[in-house]
Amino acid sequence: MHADEAAADRSPKAAGHTPQAPTDGNRGAHATAAFAGLATEPGVAKPDPILVVDNVVRRFGGLTAVDVEHVEIQRGSITALIGPNGAGKTTFFNQLTGFDSADAGQWTFNGRRINGLAAHKIARIGMVRTFQLTKALSKLTVLENMRLGAQKQIGESFLRALIPSLWRDQEDEITQRAEELLTRFKLDAKRGDFAGSLSGGQRKLLEMARALMVGPELVMLDEPMAGVNPALTQSLLGHVKDLREQGMTVLFVEHDMDMVRDISDWVVVMAQGQVIAEGPPGTIMSDTRVVDAYLGAHHDTPLSAEEEERQLAEAEAELEAKAAQEPGPDSPETDATAQEGAGR
Amino acid sequence: MDWTLIISRAAEAGIGTETVIYALAAIGLNVHFGYTGLLNFGQAAFLAVGAYAIAVTVSTFGLPFFLGVAIGLALAIVLALLLGIPTLRLRADYLAIVTIAAAEIVRLVVRAVALRDTFGGTDGLQGFSDSFYSLNPYPAGQYELGSIIGFDHRTMWVLTVGWVLVAISCFLIYLLMKSPWGRVLKAIREDEDAVRSLGKNVFSYKMQSLMIGGVIGSLAGFIFALSRAAVQPDLFSTELTFYAYTVLILGGAARILGPVVGAAIFWALLVLITTGLEEAVRAGVITFITTNQVGAIRFMLVGLGLMLLLIFRPQGIFGDKREIALDAR
Ligand SMILES: Nc1ncnc2c1ncn2[C@@H]1O[C@H](COP(=O)(O)OP(=O)(O)OP(=O)(O)O)[C@@H](O)[C@H]1O
Ligand SMILES: [Mg+2]
Repeated sequence: MHADEAAADRSPKAAGHTPQAPTDGNRGAHATAAFAGLATEPGVAKPDPILVVDNVVRRFGGLTAVDVEHVEIQRGSITALIGPNGAGKTTFFNQLTGFDSADAGQWTFNGRRINGLAAHKIARIGMVRTFQLTKALSKLTVLENMRLGAQKQIGESFLRALIPSLWRDQEDEITQRAEELLTRFKLDAKRGDFAGSLSGGQRKLLEMARALMVGPELVMLDEPMAGVNPALTQSLLGHVKDLREQGMTVLFVEHDMDMVRDISDWVVVMAQGQVIAEGPPGTIMSDTRVVDAYLGAHHDTPLSAEEEERQLAEAEAELEAKAAQEPGPDSPETDATAQEGAGR
Repeated sequence: MDWTLIISRAAEAGIGTETVIYALAAIGLNVHFGYTGLLNFGQAAFLAVGAYAIAVTVSTFGLPFFLGVAIGLALAIVLALLLGIPTLRLRADYLAIVTIAAAEIVRLVVRAVALRDTFGGTDGLQGFSDSFYSLNPYPAGQYELGSIIGFDHRTMWVLTVGWVLVAISCFLIYLLMKSPWGRVLKAIREDEDAVRSLGKNVFSYKMQSLMIGGVIGSLAGFIFALSRAAVQPDLFSTELTFYAYTVLILGGAARILGPVVGAAIFWALLVLITTGLEEAVRAGVITFITTNQVGAIRFMLVGLGLMLLLIFRPQGIFGDKREIALDAR
C-alpha cells in the first residue's frame, strides 16, 4: 500500500527561509518600515516578498472572478486583502492554495513555483489557509482536530500506525503543543468536546489554531473574525499580531475596516477580480479607486470642507452677477440654483 | 411448538458461517463507509474476487490452495485500485455509482457463457476446498457447544478460521483507528478539504482505506466459498452488499465491534423469526399463512425491525447518540 508514500513525498520544509526581520526588536515596527515610501499602485514590488503572484485568471463561464496581474506579499508582515462582496477574494485564495485550478497564471512561494501544486503539498511547504465557511471536523474532538494539524507524523503512515510505541512520544509532543495553542485561543475547556458542538465563533478560533499546528510560514485567513464577539476579537487580533512577532507572514481577508486599520501593515484592495489599489491601512480608504470600488464609480463624490465652501462662493458670485444684470432681484429660479449648489 | 429448536437454530445462526461472512464484509465496509465516508456499494465484488480466486486457482488451473488465497488478496487490491483511481478524486457519489456497476460487471463476467471453462458459468465451481478441509484438526463427528448448539466437524473448522479472521480484522481496525492514521481517515469523512488544507494527501488515504476494506471483504469471500465448498455467481449480487450495510448500520458504523454484533443479531433474528414462524404454522398456532410464505414474511418483519431501530436508535446498537445529535446542527 501507499504506506510510506505519504511520508516520503513530504518535501522538507523550507527551513532556510527565515524572515530577515530582526529577532530582538519590534517586528511590527520593522514591518511598517518595510513599506515606507512604497507606491500605492497595484502590484507594487516589495523589498522581501514571500509570495509573488503573476497573471492569475479564473473564469466561471462568462464571469471573470479573478484576474490579478501582479501582487507581492511582504515577508513578516500582516497584509489585509479587502474588497466588496464578490470581489474574488475567496476565489483568489482558492487559486493560490491549490483548492481550485486557475485558468492561467503562476505564483511563487519563497521563490519556488507552486502553481499547479496539489493543495496538501502547498500546505506542507508552509502556506496554510483557513476557510470563510468554517470547516470544523465535527465528529472529532477539539483536541483531535488540533493534533491533525501537526506535520510529519510517524503514526500517519499505515504500517507504522500499527505499532503505537513508534509514534507515542511524538503524539505526546503534539498534544502538548496543541494544548498550549488551545489555551491561547481560550478553547482549553472544550478540548474533549466534539468540534461539532462548538459555537460558530469558537469554530473560527479552532480552525485558526488548527492551521497554526501545521507550523506555517504564511497563514492565509479568510474572514477570521466573522462571527466572533468583539471582546474575543480583541484577543484574536493580539494573536494575529503575535504570529507576526513569531516571524510568520499573515494574509487575511476582512470586511471590518477598524480591524484592518488596527493590525495590518499593508492593504491590498480587490474589486471585480482585479487588484485595484494597494497602500498603508491609514490612507487606503481615502484612495479614490477604493472609494469608487466600494460605492460604485458614478456616485456623488463626497466633498471636503474647503471644496464645499469654494462651490458655495462660486454660486453666490454667480447669483450676484445675475442680480446686477437682471431687474427682478427675487427671481425664484436663481434662488433655487443657489440653494442646490449650497446643498451639495 | 419446539422452543428448543427455535432457540438453538437462532443461536447457531448468531455464531454461524453467515454471521462470520457478513461480519467480515461489514468490517470492510466499516473502514470504507464508517470511518472514511466512502460510499462503496460494490462490496460484493470484493467477496466475489476472493471466492473466485480460490475456486479458479484450484479447480480450473489445479494450482495450490494457498496460491489462490494470495491471488485473492492481490486481486482485491487491484480491484480497489481500479475502482479508486478514476473515482476517488471526484465527488463521493461517483464512487457509489462506479462501485455498484463494477460489482455487477464482476458478477456478469464470472457468469458469462463465453468464460464458462474458466469460471463455470451460472453453475459456478466446486471441488477446490479439499486442501482446506485436509487441514481440519477436528476429527469427524458432531460437536456440541453448550447444550443447544451443535456443528459438524467441517463447519467447526470453517468457523474457527472465520472467527480468527474476524478477531484479527477487528484488532487491526482497533489499532489503526486509534492511531494518527485513523484520525486522518475520520477527518476525511468529516471534510476532506479541511484535511487537505492541513497537508494530508487525501487521495492516498482514501485509496489505502479502499484497499484495506476490500482485502477484508475478500476474506469474507474466502469463507463464503470454503463454507459451501462451491461458488456461484449469483451469490454475489448487490443484495449481499445491502445486507452488509444493514448489518453495519444495525451494529453501529464507525465502531470496532459494530459489524460483528450487527451480523450476529441480524442472522440470529432472521433465523429466529423464520424458525419461529415455521414452527408456529406447523403447530397450528398461526393458520393464515403457509410455511412457504414464511420466507417472504420474515424479510418484511426484518424490514419493520430496522425501521424501528433507525427511528429509536439511529446510531445503531453501539453508536454514540451525541454524534447523531451533531448532524442535526
Ligand atoms: N464555483 C463558482 N461558480 C461560479 N461562480 C463562482 C464560483 N465561486 C465564485 N464565483 C463567483 O466569483 C465571484 C467572486 O466570488 P468570491 O467568493 O471570490 O468573492 P469574495 O470576494 O470572497 O466575496 P465575499 O467578501 O462576499 O466573501 C462572485 O461573483 C461569485 O459569484
Ligand atoms: Mg469570500
